[in-house]
Amino acid sequence: MNMVDRLNALDRRWVFLLMGLAVAVPILWIGITGNTFPETPTPAAAAVFKAVEDQPEGTRVLVAFDYDPASAGELQPMATALLHQCAQRKLKIVCIALWPLGGNMAQQTIAEVIRADYPAMREGEDFVNLGYQAGNEGVMKVVLTDFKKAFPVDARGQATADLPILQGVQTVKDFPLLLNVSAGYPGSKEWVQYVVSASEGKVKMVAGCTGVQSPQMYPYFPGQLAGILGAIKGAAEYESLVNQSIGGDVAPKYREAQRRMAPQLFGHLLMVALIVAGNTLFFMGRKGARA
Amino acid sequence: MRNVRRNFRSPWWWLAIAIGCAVGLILQTRRAHAADGVEAAAAAPAAESHQGIFNENRLPLLTWIIGIGAATTYFVARSRRGKPPTIRRIAALEAVNEAIGRATEMGRPVLFIPGVQDMDNIQTVAGITMLGRVARTAAEYDAVVEAPTCRSLVMEAAREAVQASCLAAGRPDAYQPDRINYITDEQFGYVAYVGGKMMREKPATCFYMGCFFAESLIFSETGNSIGAIQIAGTAESSQLPFFVAACDYTLIGEEFFAASAYLSGEPDQLGTLQGQDAGKLAVLAFIVIGTVVATVASLAPSAAWLGDFSALLQKAMGG
Amino acid sequence: MMLTRAIPLWIAVIGGMVMLVSAFLKPIEGLGENFADAFNVIAAIASVLGAGSLLKSNLSSISRRDAGWGYAVLVLFTFIITLVFGLAKIGVHPSHDFPTAAFSGKQETPDTPFGWLYEYAMVPLTSTMFALLAFYVASAAFRAFRAKNLEAGLLLGTAFIVLLGRTFAGVVLTGWLPEWASGLRLENLSVYIMQVFNTAGNRAIIIGIALGVAATSLRILLGVDRSWMGGGGQS
Repeated sequence: MNMVDRLNALDRRWVFLLMGLAVAVPILWIGITGNTFPETPTPAAAAVFKAVEDQPEGTRVLVAFDYDPASAGELQPMATALLHQCAQRKLKIVCIALWPLGGNMAQQTIAEVIRADYPAMREGEDFVNLGYQAGNEGVMKVVLTDFKKAFPVDARGQATADLPILQGVQTVKDFPLLLNVSAGYPGSKEWVQYVVSASEGKVKMVAGCTGVQSPQMYPYFPGQLAGILGAIKGAAEYESLVNQSIGGDVAPKYREAQRRMAPQLFGHLLMVALIVAGNTLFFMGRKGARA
Repeated sequence: MRNVRRNFRSPWWWLAIAIGCAVGLILQTRRAHAADGVEAAAAAPAAESHQGIFNENRLPLLTWIIGIGAATTYFVARSRRGKPPTIRRIAALEAVNEAIGRATEMGRPVLFIPGVQDMDNIQTVAGITMLGRVARTAAEYDAVVEAPTCRSLVMEAAREAVQASCLAAGRPDAYQPDRINYITDEQFGYVAYVGGKMMREKPATCFYMGCFFAESLIFSETGNSIGAIQIAGTAESSQLPFFVAACDYTLIGEEFFAASAYLSGEPDQLGTLQGQDAGKLAVLAFIVIGTVVATVASLAPSAAWLGDFSALLQKAMGG
Repeated sequence: MMLTRAIPLWIAVIGGMVMLVSAFLKPIEGLGENFADAFNVIAAIASVLGAGSLLKSNLSSISRRDAGWGYAVLVLFTFIITLVFGLAKIGVHPSHDFPTAAFSGKQETPDTPFGWLYEYAMVPLTSTMFALLAFYVASAAFRAFRAKNLEAGLLLGTAFIVLLGRTFAGVVLTGWLPEWASGLRLENLSVYIMQVFNTAGNRAIIIGIALGVAATSLRILLGVDRSWMGGGGQS
């Protein structure tokens, strides 16, 4: 068995080991040095920042947490940065979830951002978590006609009809901005199809989605979607914009996406190297077979 | 009585019944609204009372539905008159029998994954339809089909489909309900179970037919590592690249939905594929015309009628 | 025959037609939602069947001492523990608003046993399974991404641009390009590829899928295709 055949039959666990090292070593390096790469925001990420920044103080915004812990690695930094900018802009934040564990993700993000750094914000008046509601796109259809019917109580069990933050809210069209963090179904695509398209331009939407989902969402930008955060790269670009605008010392929790760009760099370089190596072996094998 | 039974099998009969039920429901609702009268008028926003019962924003959508429905009906009728369409060869579907035969020869099971969504997802329904066909062929070839499911309702539907298929194949003894079981609703818990099952039992053939998300690559790579022949089909465009890269055959998007019609070979079902293609031709025409008009409008901004025409086309497409 | 064939067909046709018509007629808009809610209720009830099946299959596996029966023990153990802690709200303090009501607290809070199971079992396990994707995509890249023809070669070239453009490597490799050639920088090229080529391709696939869904739904609603009920489905 020559070298080419041996490499072609390489146990895939060697590839796994290389990938493990490509991801683990940069994480350790960043943990020790704290350095991250500079980020240049793309138009899609800058559009998300602008969409939130353009909202006047006191505007009510709807944040939909449509992901679970499995996708938190990619989406949690987005959610944290979005809530950070909304809290810093003094917007009124209403959190909902259409994934069963999305309510927990909302609770976790609220604790990490609002309760930790914005203690003056009052639950029920400045922010609220309405929790998870079953029904997938059925919930989206209901919020178009009667928001409180879809979410009769918040995550604490209090009636939404009694909450000051939801006074005057009849339908989802009463939220000028919808921020969605989505890992799949139901998610950004369904919000665009069932809510944004039906709201006759009253609801502006920005979406943060996983890398696998973002090709599906780009056709909607800049029409139905005012901005997109695609994968951890989009999250890093958006984070850098938010941190720059807020200024001062930035806590590590607001730099998570930027910290993850180094493992992404080395992971991608490894992927390119593996593709080149695989093709080299392929062509060498083909040449050997012809000879 | 014979006429009634014959009508019962005709799709027109069902269409008539459904329309009749819908009209009845509408009349009933209107009667109920009229009875509530004053309360309804007081509660409803003033603007809505002038807009009537039809949602005019959805008129373009209704037009498309009627158009595609009419085209489908025409082609179904044409197929019944003895002019069935010629469908191009779909390699993945041609390979189904060969894949099941391989499992029989190797004495290993056929693994069928009907996706990770519930029965309200059309991809799951299409997956269960394929399961029925695979189960019938497997029963004829004396191969074992295992179908772990991610939802309880899907488990029940899969059991019904497989049982009916085994009966239709004349092999009622081939039906083993324990081989179609519910695992968990949790996506990655299901993935962990199926991955472990594949590594332990090493099925000879793996079918992935339904709605998949992140687990598509895990399934297909695991299947690759055990040397199984893999046939996938999904309408999730984000997962298609993973299946195409790692599986032997992949049904891409509409091919997956056409699978049932293709395998049945029935003129009625093949006619619906032609109706689908007619819809595609109409969309293509709109795209070409719209692109030309928008391009010319941007080059000649003074021609206002072009802008109006472009807006009309956009509205016709539901924009 | 009537129970297993005709009645499910009636339910499918009537339910489907009502949901279709309710999208266009305002007075019965809520009726379509009611059918969708009915599905959720049925799915919730069916979960009892699923749990029963889970218990039965794992208990059979243990009694027969099948290969890997130890995992079946683990499944049953964790299933029962989670069920008991969740349903009985063991260790859950009453809510502040209703301090005298025993079951008023929420079991998802982190300081409860159920919350502990979520935070320290569920979250790490699901994250681990999701992380497997990185390893599998690397092995797929090495094994399957071959430039066997021109189209495959173009695809690989595009993959390189997007892979490098989405990282700092893109900035390092092409950041030196002058402003007039900034469109050729890898990070801008990757955005262009996503917004133009990828969008075009995705739209084409989505249009095909949408028509496929429409045709399949029409076949089911008209009763032309009954193979979803099994048995090969004769129209």
